[in-house]
Amino acid sequence: MGVEGIGARVARKEDKRFLTGKGRYVDDMKVPGMKYGYFVRSPHAHATIKSIDMSAAKAMPGVIDVLEGRALQDDGIGSLICGWMIHSKDGSPMNMGNWRPLAYETVRYVGDAVAIVIADSLAEARDAAEAVVVDYDVLPAVTEALDALKPGAPQVHPNAPGNVIYDWAIGEEGPVDAAIAAAAHVTEIEIHNNRLSPNPMEPRAALGIYDAAEDHYTCYTTSQNPHVARLVMSAFYNVAPENKLRVIAPDVGGGFGSKIYIYPEEIVCLWASRKTGVPVKWTADRTEAFLTDAHGRDHLSKVKMAFDANNRITALKVDTTANFGAYMSLFSSAVPTYLYATLLSGQYNIPVIYANVHAVYTNTAPVDAYRGAGRPEATYLLERTMETAARELGLSPADLRSSNFIRQFPHQTPVIMTYDIGDYQASLDAAMAESDWAGFPARKAEAAARGKKRGIGMSCYIEACGIAPSAAVGSLGAGVGLWESAEVRVNAVGTIEVLTGSHSHGQGHETTFAQLVASRFGVPLDSVSIVHGDTDKVQMGMGTYGSRSGAVGMSAIAKALDKVEAKAKKIAAHLMEADESDIVIENGELKVAGTDKALPWFQVALAAYTAHNLPSGMEPGLKEGAFYDPANFTFPAGCYICEVEVDPETGKTEIVQFVAADDFGNIINPMIVEGQVHGGIAQGIGQAMLEGVQYDASTGQLITASYMDYAMPRADDLPSYKVSHQITPCPSNPLGIKGCGEAGAIGSPPAFMNAVTDAIGNNNLTMPATPAKVWAAMQQ
Amino acid sequence: MTKVTLTVNGRKVSGECEDRTLLVNFIRENLGLTGTHVGCDTSQCGACVIHMDGHSVKSCTILAVQASGSDITTIEGLSSGDALHPVQAAFKEHHGLQCGFCTPGMVMTAADMIKRHNCSLDEKTVRSELEGNICRCTGYHNIVKSILAAADEMGGAKQAAE
Repeated sequence: MGVEGIGARVARKEDKRFLTGKGRYVDDMKVPGMKYGYFVRSPHAHATIKSIDMSAAKAMPGVIDVLEGRALQDDGIGSLICGWMIHSKDGSPMNMGNWRPLAYETVRYVGDAVAIVIADSLAEARDAAEAVVVDYDVLPAVTEALDALKPGAPQVHPNAPGNVIYDWAIGEEGPVDAAIAAAAHVTEIEIHNNRLSPNPMEPRAALGIYDAAEDHYTCYTTSQNPHVARLVMSAFYNVAPENKLRVIAPDVGGGFGSKIYIYPEEIVCLWASRKTGVPVKWTADRTEAFLTDAHGRDHLSKVKMAFDANNRITALKVDTTANFGAYMSLFSSAVPTYLYATLLSGQYNIPVIYANVHAVYTNTAPVDAYRGAGRPEATYLLERTMETAARELGLSPADLRSSNFIRQFPHQTPVIMTYDIGDYQASLDAAMAESDWAGFPARKAEAAARGKKRGIGMSCYIEACGIAPSAAVGSLGAGVGLWESAEVRVNAVGTIEVLTGSHSHGQGHETTFAQLVASRFGVPLDSVSIVHGDTDKVQMGMGTYGSRSGAVGMSAIAKALDKVEAKAKKIAAHLMEADESDIVIENGELKVAGTDKALPWFQVALAAYTAHNLPSGMEPGLKEGAFYDPANFTFPAGCYICEVEVDPETGKTEIVQFVAADDFGNIINPMIVEGQVHGGIAQGIGQAMLEGVQYDASTGQLITASYMDYAMPRADDLPSYKVSHQITPCPSNPLGIKGCGEAGAIGSPPAFMNAVTDAIGNNNLTMPATPAKVWAAMQQ
Repeated sequence: MTKVTLTVNGRKVSGECEDRTLLVNFIRENLGLTGTHVGCDTSQCGACVIHMDGHSVKSCTILAVQASGSDITTIEGLSSGDALHPVQAAFKEHHGLQCGFCTPGMVMTAADMIKRHNCSLDEKTVRSELEGNICRCTGYHNIVKSILAAADEMGGAKQAAE
C-alpha cells in the first residue's frame, strides 16, 4: 500500500489552509462593487400578500434597490421544482405546488422569502428590510402531518387536495396481510422519526455576479453539487443558459444534504445582480438557516412485523406519513419512497413487505434529504421493531437478529434492491466482542450499586449508497442520471491534475483522490492536485451526497486512469522498443518486466507532449476523461452497540460506551473513514438524545430557531467511539468501495434508543430522549 | 463612524466603523482577515474565537470600539512563517478537522485552554472546556485527541526548555 497510497492513513493535503485561516468560503469572497443582500421574509406561517410597500426602504441610507416577487415573475424566472416524479398507487402523478423564489401572492411558512434589499453594507440592508411594509392577510396554518390530513385542515396548495402530495405504495398488501394473519407472533409499534435541522457550521451563502458586457453570470454558492445547480438554474429556473452561467462552490463548510438543493436565494442573487448592475452577496444568519435550510426526517409510522413459531420474520407492513413542509424541495419526493421503503428489508430475510407512504404538505420549512436520507428512517423503524420483538419473544436481541440475517448473496429483497455482498454476522460478532457484551450484566449490577440504571442496545443497519445506476433511477422517476465524470490531466513534467464532478465539503477528496492516483503511478502525493467545484473547470458532474464520491466519483477517476495508463504504456513500450504487454509501472517508473530497462514517469509524460517520437498515428498529449455509471447500488452494513447510564433522579443519560463495526468494502484512507463514522455517530446521537425542530402548532412559528433553543451535540454530550471495519469488497465497482459517509447517522439512533429503553425498562420513548422525557417514562 | 485602533497579529491597524460593528465583522470586513468565522448569531458556536490580550474571546460578543487599543491574535497570526503552531500540527496529524469551518475557533480555543491548564489536560476537561465550540463534522472524537496530543507535545517542549 505504501505510505501514501491506497490504505494509508495519510494526513490531509487540504488541512493547512483550513488550519491557518486561509480557507475560502463564499462569505469570504469580495469582488469589486459588491453589495449586500438581505431577504424580507414572511413572519407568518400562512398568509396572502395584499400589498408590498417598498418606498420607505428604498429611501433608506445606502440602499441600492428593493426587489419583490412580481418583478421576478415578470422577468420570466421559473418556479422551484422537485426533480423526482413519484406516482401515487392509483397512478396519478404527485401534486407539486407552486414555489416562487419570491412569494408575491401567498406565503406558506415562516421564512418564505418575499423581497430582497440590496445595500452598501449588510447593516444598512438589514435596517431597510425592516422598513419594507408587507400587508398580510393571515390564514390558518397547520404544522403536523397528521393534522394536515384531517378534514377541514388549512389547505397549503390549491392543487394538492387534502394536502396530499402522493399516496405511494411498494410491495403487495394481500400476501403481507395473509402472513400477518397466520403469524405465531406479531410485533406492533408506532415509530416517530423526529424532524431535524442539518446545521452545517457554515451557513448557506450566495454571491451573484452579472457581467453586462458579456451577458454572463457567475454564482459563488455553498453547494454540494455546483453542476446540478447550473443545470437546474438554466433548464428550469430560466436564470441563464448554461454557457452563460458559471457556478463555483469553493470551500464549503459542511452540507449533510442541506446544500444539495437549489434554493430561492441563489436564483434571486443572480437576478438581482442583473437588475441592479452590482454583484450581490447574501449570507444566511443562523436563524435564517434554521428557518429555511431544508429540514430532515419527520416521519410517523405504524409497523407490524410477523414471526413464525421459529421466530423467523414472515412479513413486514409499514404505513408512513411524511411531512414535506410547505414546498417540494429538489429531491424530497425520493426520500420517503425509493431511499426509504427499498431498505425496509434491513439485514433480514423477509419474504414479503408492504409499505404505504403518505406525503403531506404543512406550513413548515421544506423537508428533504439529510445525512442518510430515508435510510436512517428505515433503520430506526426496523431496529426499534426488532428490539421490541426480541423483548416480547424473550430472546436475546443478537440471536433474534442473527437467526434472521441474510447469508447468501446476491439476495433479492421484496423491495427492489439486490444486495450484492455482505457479512452481517462478522460485524455483529466484532461489535459484541469489542463492547464486551457478555460482561454487561456485571456492569449493570455495578452501576445499580451506584444508583444508576445501565442499559445496552444494538442496531444492525444496511444502507444503499453509491447513488446510483442512471437507468434504474430514471425508471423510478429521477429527473437526472447519477453517474460521475472525471478527467485526468498529466502535465508535461509528469505532475497530475484530476478534475472531478464530486465535491468535497469536508470529506477530504483532495487527499483520498490523490492517494488513488499516487498508488496507480507511484508518484508523490504532492504531485497530484484535485480540481473540483467550478463548472468552468470541470465539464460536468453530479456532486457529493449519498456516500457516492468514493464508489462513483473515484470509480470514474479509476476509469480515466486506466486510459492514461494504457497510453503511457504504449509510449514507454515504443521508446524502450519493448512489447506494450511487458510494461509495468512501479515506484514512479515504467519498466520492461524482467529487464533493467526503465523510464521515469515524467519522461514518458514529457515524450507525450514533445511528440518527437510517438508511436505512429498517436495523438500528442496525456489527458483522458471518463464517465462512470454504477452497475448497482452499494450496500454498506454494520452493527452498532451503545451502552448508557441513566440517572433515575434527573433522567439524564450518559453514554458510557459506543462501538461501531462497519463493512464499507475497501478503504482508501482509514483515518478519513473513521472521521466520517465519528461525525455520523454524533449526528445520530444528536437526533436520538438532543435535537428536534419544534413548531408552535397554533401559529406555525419556529421555536427552535437558534443554538440557544435547538440542542446541538457538544463535546461534553458525547463519548469517544470505538470503530472497527470488516471488509467484503464491493463487487460492482472497480475499487471495491461501498461508501462510509452516512453509516454513523443511520446506525446510531436505534442503538442509543434501544440502550435507553433497556436501562429504564420502558419501550414507550420517542426521540429525542431528553432528560424530561426519560424521567417521565421512568414514572410510568 | 468611530476610529478603532488595534494591534492585530503584531501589526498596528486602524479603521473606521459604526459603533454597532462587532469585532468579528471588523476583523473580517475591515481587515480582510476571513479566517475568523461567523457560525451563529447567539455567541454559541465559537467559530469566531480569537485571542484578545492573551485570552480567548468570542469576537461576536464584543463591539469593535470596545476592543480598541487591545492586542488581537487571529488564526492567521497563531503561527509564524511556514511552520504550524503545535495545536495546528496536532489537528492535522490526528484529523481534527473536516470541513474546516469551526476549525479556526477550535484551534484558538484549544491554544488558550492548553495555556490555562499549563499543558495538563484530560479528556473530561477538554470536553468540558469545548462546551462553547460547536463542530458538526467530527463528532469531537479527533478534536479531543488533537488537543490532548498538542498539550502533551507542548508540555514536553516546555519541560525540555526548563
